[in-house]
Amino acid sequence: MPTVAPLDLQGHVAGVAFLSDIPFFAESSGLIHSLDHGHKTVEAHQGLLSSIRDEATDTLLTGGEDGKVLRIKADGTTSEIANVPRKWISQVAAGPQGSVAYAYGKTAHVRLADGTVKDFTEERTVEGIAFAPKGLRIAVARYNGVSLHWVAMASQPVELEWKGAHTGVTFSPDGRFVVTSMQENALHGWKLDTKPGAETRHMRMTGYPAKVKSVSWSAKGKWLASSGAPAAIVWPFQAKDGPMGKAPLELGTRANIMVTQVCCHPVEEIAAIGYADGMILVVRFTDSKEVLLRRPGKGAITAMAWNKNGRQLAFGSEAGDCGVVDIAG
Amino acid sequence: MTEATTAAAKPIPVTVLTGYLGAGKTTLLNRILTEAHGKKYAVIVNEFGEIGIDNDLIVESDEEIYEMNNGCVCCTVRGDLIRVVEGLMRRPGRFDAIIVETTGLADPVPVAQTFFMDDDVRAKTELDAVVALVDAKHLPLRLKDSREAEDQIAFADVVLLNKTDLVTPEELAKIEATVRAINPSARIHRTERSNIDLTKVLDQGAFNLERALENEPHFLDQDHHDHDHACGPDCDHDHHDHDHHHHDHDHHGHDHHHHDHGPSPIHDVTVQSVSLRGGEMNPDRFFPWIQKITQTEGPNILRLKGIIAFKDDAERYVVQGVHMIIEGDHQRAWKDGEKHESRLVFIGRELDREKLERTFKACEAVPAEAAAH
Repeated sequence: MPTVAPLDLQGHVAGVAFLSDIPFFAESSGLIHSLDHGHKTVEAHQGLLSSIRDEATDTLLTGGEDGKVLRIKADGTTSEIANVPRKWISQVAAGPQGSVAYAYGKTAHVRLADGTVKDFTEERTVEGIAFAPKGLRIAVARYNGVSLHWVAMASQPVELEWKGAHTGVTFSPDGRFVVTSMQENALHGWKLDTKPGAETRHMRMTGYPAKVKSVSWSAKGKWLASSGAPAAIVWPFQAKDGPMGKAPLELGTRANIMVTQVCCHPVEEIAAIGYADGMILVVRFTDSKEVLLRRPGKGAITAMAWNKNGRQLAFGSEAGDCGVVDIAG
Repeated sequence: MTEATTAAAKPIPVTVLTGYLGAGKTTLLNRILTEAHGKKYAVIVNEFGEIGIDNDLIVESDEEIYEMNNGCVCCTVRGDLIRVVEGLMRRPGRFDAIIVETTGLADPVPVAQTFFMDDDVRAKTELDAVVALVDAKHLPLRLKDSREAEDQIAFADVVLLNKTDLVTPEELAKIEATVRAINPSARIHRTERSNIDLTKVLDQGAFNLERALENEPHFLDQDHHDHDHACGPDCDHDHHDHDHHHHDHDHHGHDHHHHDHGPSPIHDVTVQSVSLRGGEMNPDRFFPWIQKITQTEGPNILRLKGIIAFKDDAERYVVQGVHMIIEGDHQRAWKDGEKHESRLVFIGRELDREKLERTFKACEAVPAEAAAH
């Protein structure tokens, strides 16, 4: 039976991550908490909007209402990456070799490890940024599509068009696909490895009753799990053309409680599924077998992260009731 | 378990401030942020500009209009607002209400529709009212060169006729008649330097079906003196200026003509309003009718509001709409002695008055049945 070590915080938790196997909880207030031989707190932002773990450096990247982009190390020390007074930094992304992307308004900024900053301005507001797994390339989600920019080269961006507002973007771990979440209740995908001159391959992933706010790639990118329904919707990406013409798995289905967060395990083909009532299940893809990790709590699950070996799951909620689940018990 | 937590969270009211550049929005905002009313406001502005107040809760946001992918051209929302409101609502304890200031040229419709069409925003906030500031001195000029100025008035629940000290009483009366011709259901207040009792601007509940229309004398009551009540003792509507001919705000044979103000004394008005009045309605005819009207005429309808009396129904039914979005609900029981009649006003462009009147009438319950009252 899994055991839960609870951590009760005051308010909405925007992100969780393990740094050097220490669980970190980023509160929207700007406080960052860690459980490192006791509860420690760092006052990082005046209002935190975004947080993401940088795998390359094993640090946490955060953006805030105070216009700051910060890097937070496992020992709790912070360093400033950017400071743009009075702008909300609602997007941060982590790239190879310590490069960081962040955005406000219509411009995405990429700060390389040596401190140089490159700007990429779109015609519309930047709603999401992601680094490609290989090479220094970013995808920028915007109204009516995605722009792909090579960071180090002065070349024309590749424009992936699809009508509508794209509010988030992710690359598959093998770099073959780009997937966006949309203002409407759908995901949209593009296959990138088509032959030059061939028609763009679109993937429409629709049928959600709500907006998709959380997506997670499984180990080796074989599956893409998503929220936005009263079950985790898991699309198959093993085939050459991704999920085209295939039905997704529906895992952890509940009568009318929406899935708010999904987080695939780092090794196994299983995913943690967090719900609007604070419950968390872990479900295996092959046979849909479910294990309860956490009973319903005070509020919707807003963030989840596995540690490196996949034995522990940290979670946070909109009400501040957080914790770490040890699945081995 | 979650129901308890979500039910406890009362939606945060949102006031939208519109008005042409120089109409006095910033002055009003500064008043709202500095007066001692004991409330805290989060303010979403397009530019920090001249807001002289240092406040963590003033958020700059680039206007970002999104068309929804449903094939409807008028179904637009403000994408930036969705994101900012979502961010603000993660820490709702910081403020009591949200104010959205729009740019001078902004179309108020996408702002308002955001609060109806986005599920997340709708779950946590509630559009309170759209307040338009009008520069009394420059309105005639604005109406000549911009459709936005007219849209802002047409769409408003509250109009502040500002800078009244810069015009003569005659000019002011003319301007007010113009505003009234564009929007017969808004509450109009005359102000200088945006000086207004904030209780007349904030917490209006204009989109709240339970509260909407409850205090709208222009809309509800038949007696003309209510105008005076609403506009102040110095109100001097220009009812006699009928010498223009290109509008169809004409009186059309009803025995109560208070809705149909004289045509605008300014020529450049393209918005019209159609006020309908009828007896008790048959719901089996009314609902398909209003659905069809909003589906086919939605792009031309800026706002619609109404109180409907259904046959054999002890409660008043209120409806309101923005373009194709329409919602309605029972509001309260009819009071003793209150006349069971149905009233509906459309504000928009290219509205077919004759057709609306005829088809609205056709929704009435058959007279023999209705005669019971």
